[in-house]
Amino acid sequence: MIIPPPAPPSDKAVGVEATGMTMRFGGFTALDHVSVKVPAGSFHALLGENGAGKSTLVKCMMGFYHPTEGQIMVDGREVAIDSPKDASSLGLGMVYQHFTLVASLTGAENLVISRQDVPPIIDWAKERKGLAAFMERMPFKLPLDVPVGELAAGEKQKLEIVKQLYLGRHFLVLDEPTSVLTPGEAQEVLGLVRGMTRAGDLTVLMISHKFHEVTAFADDITVLRKGKFAGSGKVAELDHKAMAAMMIGDQPIAALDSRTGVPADARPILTVRALRAPDRSGLKKISVDGLDVKSGEIVGIAGISGNGQKEFLEVLAGQRARDAGEVMVKGAPYGASRAEARTLNVRFIPEEPLRNACAPKMTVAENMAFRTFDLSATGKPVSWVNMGAIRAYAARLVEQFKVKTASLSSPIAALSGGNVQRAVLARELTGDVDLLIVSNPCFGLDFSAVAEIRARIMKARNAGAAVLLMSEDLDELLELSDRILVMSDGALVYETPIATASVQTIGEHMAGHH
Amino acid sequence: METTDIGLWGVPLAILGGAIRVSTPFIFVSLGEAITERSGRINLGLEGILVFGAMSAYAVAVMTGSPWLGVVAAAGAGACFGLFHGWICKFPKVNDIAIGIALMLFGSGLAFFFGKPFIQPSAPDLPAIPLGWWSSVPQVQAALNVNVLFLIGAALAVFLWWAFRNTRAGLIVRVVGDSSDAARAMGLNPNTVRLLATGVGGALAAIGGAYLSLYYPGSWSEGVSSGQGLMAVALVIFARWNPIGCFAAALLFGGAGALGPALQSVGVTQGYYLFYAAPYILTLIIMIATSSPGRSLAGAPGELSITK
Repeated sequence: MIIPPPAPPSDKAVGVEATGMTMRFGGFTALDHVSVKVPAGSFHALLGENGAGKSTLVKCMMGFYHPTEGQIMVDGREVAIDSPKDASSLGLGMVYQHFTLVASLTGAENLVISRQDVPPIIDWAKERKGLAAFMERMPFKLPLDVPVGELAAGEKQKLEIVKQLYLGRHFLVLDEPTSVLTPGEAQEVLGLVRGMTRAGDLTVLMISHKFHEVTAFADDITVLRKGKFAGSGKVAELDHKAMAAMMIGDQPIAALDSRTGVPADARPILTVRALRAPDRSGLKKISVDGLDVKSGEIVGIAGISGNGQKEFLEVLAGQRARDAGEVMVKGAPYGASRAEARTLNVRFIPEEPLRNACAPKMTVAENMAFRTFDLSATGKPVSWVNMGAIRAYAARLVEQFKVKTASLSSPIAALSGGNVQRAVLARELTGDVDLLIVSNPCFGLDFSAVAEIRARIMKARNAGAAVLLMSEDLDELLELSDRILVMSDGALVYETPIATASVQTIGEHMAGHH
Repeated sequence: METTDIGLWGVPLAILGGAIRVSTPFIFVSLGEAITERSGRINLGLEGILVFGAMSAYAVAVMTGSPWLGVVAAAGAGACFGLFHGWICKFPKVNDIAIGIALMLFGSGLAFFFGKPFIQPSAPDLPAIPLGWWSSVPQVQAALNVNVLFLIGAALAVFLWWAFRNTRAGLIVRVVGDSSDAARAMGLNPNTVRLLATGVGGALAAIGGAYLSLYYPGSWSEGVSSGQGLMAVALVIFARWNPIGCFAAALLFGGAGALGPALQSVGVTQGYYLFYAAPYILTLIIMIATSSPGRSLAGAPGELSITK
């Protein structure tokens, strides 16, 4: 006997409609009478900035929160969803932004153990037959016998979706499903999901920031702003500008400085030669044969996470030992010591700045003074730290970089992600900057913060700094870089000036297809 | 029975016999710890549980005359200690390593306190199976006199290896050990799973202790354990949390421990005492050889506090 996947409520797509959803946390209204209608078999996109209430809305629909007001209809019938379990018994499921698969288990083990009715002793022969029969009906082909930790991000994302379908869900919420995928993988995954909605097997509600994905795949959009309904419509009738206007309303967006040309004789600031270092697993090496970053240019490094960019950056930042090779800044060997960084004007903005560039429990003022607290106004070392001067300095930067903080003495961990990033930028971009190393500076930030941070980086470039920018967001690299390099399997495999850069070619090199 | 002189053959034979005899407590403690650690928690208190298990097994065997009742009593006491550890660790901001060290001292202290009256009386031994009956050489017979608990331990290792991939309980323990978030998303309560895993781990460690007091060396005293409980934690790590690996590591460790006495018995008079340190030196060498400054341990459960 073949074990069938758990009996779904129906085999067809489910339509969901939420009306008048309101969610109050104490005095704060996170969601204010929002309605959204997702007909069976459609692909709906939910847009909005961070904190606009998108995840509150879907969490209410999935039973994680109990909305203060509002009702949910599934296939035209009003239902009560009190817990995620209720949601799943109605065929509603969610794919989270971070993976919920267990890395050390194989795909098959992950699927089977997530079922409600696992027998005490698992008959793998039977299960395998059942899984094979189930996978026959799936548009994805996935290796189910290797530990999930060894799968590529795109495969994991597909497995997450397959898992929901295996559990009999026919309405899926996808929370920024492509944030960890290459452009090619994103196209493939969304295309397959799109095909399933067309076939009437699935209804999708996708939370996204990427307009081009929304345009390419979604039928309709709903936009939220500050917890309120801000607009909706058919994708076919809206352009990117109209969507952006709905998302951000009338707040001003920082504009990028226009790019000044890189003089042909600009001096190289960062020079890397024959660098070798072990990667995180210790099993592979990263090897950068040669890299030059000149004054006044932004060099972008693209790559799928886990291909050695992070390790390369850690070597430059002094967080990882190198086996061989040299790193020179302005012709002087650079070992990332504090003294060298200071004399050579090297500044560094790592990813997840709260973790990698701040002491989370120290105050905003102290964190902003990390580069300068032991120097006097004239740049001489001091033996007594002047707290008054530190606070005055921090107050000036907070003002200048528009960091929103309750007070200079609040711990920096209490700030929102965008404001932590602004504080770190303020620290790193103040003073003379000859080399700026940046990694994923806009990850998880909202629209206006992203625009402002990119504008600051561009400004630093135009002021003559050499900028090395690593990002998993290809759009960001295309917007800022003068040259783009691709890192794959620990090596720089492709280089193109921005004028001839194509997403297609870069994506292929990122995926290691060359 | 006359002694046959078998010359240098005595050394590998003694190592084999030693491996079988000395390894049993290591097998049980490391299998127990493997279960606990696979669920994402580390219990360093196994040394204390082992000593308490040795004492309670011996005491019950003396009082009832049955060594098997002693083993059962030890398992029960060990499970209580394990559950206690698991229960305390469910509270936020409690560190499992610190609790483990406290439990190690508490278990030993309690065992010494209750064990005082049982140092003198002698308890019946656990039975052994003479697997060396086919040979007329007494050394072979001695080496192959295998205790029942050793065989149970070997079977248990194979069973656990199978169970980690073929039973619901095994998969659940691995899920919880790898990611609390994923476990919660599946509707599992990580604390309950870890509580039970620590309880089972404690019971197995205490059976290891029962072997010490009821078979080899076969008496209860305060020095009954020479750190087997702690060494077993290290064994689990270099066995990469694999039950079969734990069994092999325990055998290797037992065999290395028999090297010193074996060399002494064949007449090596110089430096043999250095070989008494062989198990510890071996552990150090293996740990250094398999470690790396640049990468985290392969196969380590993701939720384990020492590897996080």
